Amino acid sequence: MLVLRRNLVPMTDERSYPGARVPDRIRIHDANGVGIATYEWGKENNPPLFLVHGGNDFARTFDVFGPMLAEAGYRVVTWDHRGHGNSDQTALYSWDADIRDALSVMSSVTDEPAPVVAHSKGGAIMLLLAESSPYRVKSLVNIDGMPAKRRMPDAPDHDQSRLMAEEITTWLRYRHEAATATRKPGTIEDLARRRGAMNPRLTIEWLEYLVTVGARKDEDGWRWKLDPTMRFVGFGPWRPEWSLLRMVSLSIPFLGMLGTVDEPMGWGVNERDVRPWLPRNGHLHVFHDIGHFIHIEQPRAVADMVLEFIS
Amino acid sequence: MSAKTYLDTVFLTHRKVTLALHKLRDGSGSPLLVLHGLGEDSSRIPLADIEWNGPVWGLDFTGHGRSSVPVGGGYSCEMLMADVDFALTHMGPATILGYGLGAYVALLTAGARPDLVHGAVLTDGPGLAGGAVHVSAHAEITSAGLREGTNTTPDPWALIELSRDARPESYVATFIRLATATSPLSEPIAMCCRVRPPWVTTTEDAPGVMTNVTVNEALSIYASE
Repeated sequence: MLVLRRNLVPMTDERSYPGARVPDRIRIHDANGVGIATYEWGKENNPPLFLVHGGNDFARTFDVFGPMLAEAGYRVVTWDHRGHGNSDQTALYSWDADIRDALSVMSSVTDEPAPVVAHSKGGAIMLLLAESSPYRVKSLVNIDGMPAKRRMPDAPDHDQSRLMAEEITTWLRYRHEAATATRKPGTIEDLARRRGAMNPRLTIEWLEYLVTVGARKDEDGWRWKLDPTMRFVGFGPWRPEWSLLRMVSLSIPFLGMLGTVDEPMGWGVNERDVRPWLPRNGHLHVFHDIGHFIHIEQPRAVADMVLEFIS
Repeated sequence: MSAKTYLDTVFLTHRKVTLALHKLRDGSGSPLLVLHGLGEDSSRIPLADIEWNGPVWGLDFTGHGRSSVPVGGGYSCEMLMADVDFALTHMGPATILGYGLGAYVALLTAGARPDLVHGAVLTDGPGLAGGAVHVSAHAEITSAGLREGTNTTPDPWALIELSRDARPESYVATFIRLATATSPLSEPIAMCCRVRPPWVTTTEDAPGVMTNVTVNEALSIYASE
């Protein structure tokens, strides 16, 4: 079911950025009751290609990269994950729910297997989706989203237990405080500067552009739309390496991309962590002196590589 | 949704979730909080079997009983642990008795809030085992049953997601260690389940875990300490 129910394209204070293009179609997709904002570039009758963003990000971060793929003849479809961008903020969040939302959006476009290009956390959840539903994915490009086993600090058990206790306590306290939390307002420059702390390698011009397409303008200033109750949980039963164990099982063509410069939003993995787990039809390309947002730092190079790979 | 009447029900609202905390029995002394199994609610708690002098409360987990049903699922045992944390913030320190899924959540809460949990008694019930602890394909779920216009509990997403959550041994052991390190009790976890899924068998010998006791024997020990 398609429902248009909010203004998804900000009309004021818009800034332009070289190569950035407003999506050709924007809609809200009903994914089992959760409204998922969905964006497309390219003709509707072109073969579909799915783009998946990372955690704390949003679909319009593909405003330069997405059109490059569309111009090569694809119907590029992407969406804001629940709690991100213009999608609904829900009571609960989990990777299983993200995967279910993704399958729902993908099913609204095609039942045929299609190429998927996914970044960071989007890449990690698409590894799970591709392994569990291989008939949905024709080929998978994973951009710096291959989490590997964490190197635990060299600390005795009781210190590690104390660290975990602190993480749990902080998270539970945050859940109490988040009941009334709102995002801090500011100018476009303020929000861009704050995001710059997490994206230190991206230009201020790009970050300011992201504010105008990814934040909302209230009377007291701009606010990021990310659900303020959502917070990275620093504990849980999930082990990062489980994603790699799934990756090794994939039978579809697979291309992994790694940046070598650590960033706050990256996984901190290197080639040595990932290469042993490449699937049978897998390739790995390492971008030297590039950070976690490879497709934003080098959109043309990554788009060309993707297009050659999926063709 | 249960039609049972309770002595009292407190609704605790946290942003998009409203939790129903029921007083099941009056009493004098420290309180007991009982956590139901997967797909159940507080009306299914076998109250007559529970020997406890203080007041007895039951919490309906999110998506169960009279608690609210979130749209689109996304359940985890850690979120249910946060449900219990909200209940304990309202009630104050309590002993917890958990059935099935509630047993596992009781253990997590004992590790997360050792200052608020005066012993956790774990026993059998639906959802005790959890899912695989290693790599396994997720089923593609496109439907959780007929949900059009309903707010019915138990939430089908809860049944699906909470019946397959991973409970690795090392993770469970960490929560036992956290509970034991801070609790004034020498054995703050009592494993009284007859069904013994891997997360139970691999951790029941850990320091701080009481075994070979019945539910009421464990409750009696915690009431006296």
